[in-house]
Amino acid sequence: MREAAVISQTNPLQRIPGVAIVLVLLIALFGAIAPGFLSVANLSNVLVQSTILTMLALPMTLIIMTEGLDLSMGAVLTLTSLCVAIVSLATKSMLLGLGAAVLVGAAFGTVNGWLVAIVGIPPFVATLGTLGMAQGLSLIVSDGQSVVGIPHSVRDIYSATLFGIPVPIVMALVTYAAFHGLLYHTRFGTYIFALGGNREALKYAGLSPNRLLIAVYAIGGTMAGVAGLLMTARMNSGHPTAGLGLEFDAIAAVAVGGTSFERGNGWLLGTILGVIAVGVLRNGLNLISLPSSVQVASVGVLVIVALFLDGLRSRS
Amino acid sequence: MTDITKEALSPPRSFLSQDAIQLFYRLLAALLICAALSLLTDSFLSLGNILNVLRQASLTFFIASGLTLVVLTAGLDLSVGANVALSACLAGTVIHHTGSPLLGILTGLACGGTVGLLNGIMVTALRIPSFIATYGMLWVLNGLSYWYMAGETIHGFPAGFRQIGSGYLFGLPIPVYLLLIFLAIGTLFAQRTIWGQEIYAIGANPVAARLSGIPVARRLLLVYAVSGTMAGLASIIFLSRLNSAEADIGESLTLPAIAAVLIGGTSLFGGVGTVFGTFVGALILTLVLNGMNLLSVSANWQPLVTGVIVILAVWLDMKTRRRAQ
Repeated sequence: MREAAVISQTNPLQRIPGVAIVLVLLIALFGAIAPGFLSVANLSNVLVQSTILTMLALPMTLIIMTEGLDLSMGAVLTLTSLCVAIVSLATKSMLLGLGAAVLVGAAFGTVNGWLVAIVGIPPFVATLGTLGMAQGLSLIVSDGQSVVGIPHSVRDIYSATLFGIPVPIVMALVTYAAFHGLLYHTRFGTYIFALGGNREALKYAGLSPNRLLIAVYAIGGTMAGVAGLLMTARMNSGHPTAGLGLEFDAIAAVAVGGTSFERGNGWLLGTILGVIAVGVLRNGLNLISLPSSVQVASVGVLVIVALFLDGLRSRS
Repeated sequence: MTDITKEALSPPRSFLSQDAIQLFYRLLAALLICAALSLLTDSFLSLGNILNVLRQASLTFFIASGLTLVVLTAGLDLSVGANVALSACLAGTVIHHTGSPLLGILTGLACGGTVGLLNGIMVTALRIPSFIATYGMLWVLNGLSYWYMAGETIHGFPAGFRQIGSGYLFGLPIPVYLLLIFLAIGTLFAQRTIWGQEIYAIGANPVAARLSGIPVARRLLLVYAVSGTMAGLASIIFLSRLNSAEADIGESLTLPAIAAVLIGGTSLFGGVGTVFGTFVGALILTLVLNGMNLLSVSANWQPLVTGVIVILAVWLDMKTRRRAQ
């Protein structure tokens, strides 16, 4: 626990301004130009819509901390969302649907980890390959069609509230707490810092970096499974292209949030702020009636700017 | 660090015979697939189908040949498919408005080249890792294409222009001639020019390349610009073949292009591979997809199979290289 604290203190304070300034600027900008942006209903809408992204961006932070990347996350989310739809449609059970989705997601994550750690394929190509596989499986199991008529028990998850808080937000908060505890307060978390920062040291300490790496990717796949439930509940159907490209928003959130692509530094709270920044950007552009294509392009610009700043920081 | 040392110990030229053997295996694989398909289906061995395979392979090859140079420098260009889409949409608009195919072709090439140059600037001047920079570019381009087209389709081009993609000369499709021309240019450039050799050197060991006086940043800019321009060229062929432009035509192009490069034996770690290998890779991939088509396997299986092929190709490459060391 102490080690984790020491490593993570490679000055989070210096990073806070970056992402927080971006967020404040975006909120101020859209507060000024987008009618209705600052209403409570809209802001809570932004938060609820950010929950799926949160579930992808948190594990993506861990993966990027190991100097890795998971391009397959959006496609795996699509597949697990279809799993939820198909299984819950057949069995009328939300929990069985979730179970199937988590199993499929974890399987994909494990395969990603195995390809990266044991086979040694660079992560962006290994996960590009599994992206194709997950996308293909989504098309095959759905036959290219939407899966409709899913039971209420699935649908209600997105709209239900717990103590007045929407259930998706409760799930996102629980996820954040779990990841925070895992990264900063367990030995496993310390090892994750070491995977990116100093892999050799893990070997000398008698640990297996490969097994740890597989675990990190498996967590990513598992979370894509959980997010699949929210996706299906939100769309009230399973669709073979539902989550495609969402990994890009996740990578954007991590990059904007100040996690470095090259040095094993990660900052979970920054990722959350990054997720909200991406959500605010998309929501605001939507409110001033710019099409989703412009939203996609602007998220792309956001990533490139964030990485450029990251590069500047690492040089100074 | 150890990777770099390993690469330094295996300069590309000393493995020429090894490369030749690898290439021979790949040609053999292509022949085996042909043999299997002609046994399994009646329609494979028809002239029409074989010309069709060659035409399809040439489309993949145009994108993949420029990408090969990028991968030779240990980089990656994930934006090629999206680049094809945007270039095709812009070129299509210009042809529609001016009626001049030449202006359209120039627009497509210029758009592709500009995007490639921007990729190069991000990789060299801004020092963003290539796969992330071009991945960001992918989404920027996708967004621009969809925004620009706003769900519309441009279609119906002059007959002369359509000849480029669907016409024949002495019984062979015109794209096949273009394929042979660019195969020759690419091979000569990579193997027989100083710039080509410098590209290999950068991929094999960037530090040594810089220390030996190679202008690394300028060569990288060139490589990304070439990759973008080849995507622009591919967009023209697509445009004239499909006779229409839509924002989503690039979505299924990137993975096959990367697959062709990797099946062709170009190493992801840089410094090893040939443009001719990429041609063989494009041929093998097209044969597999064509075979699935002839065996009436649903097109839904294509991304799955392409994904598996990408991973298998890298895995085989890594296994053979490990043995060679």
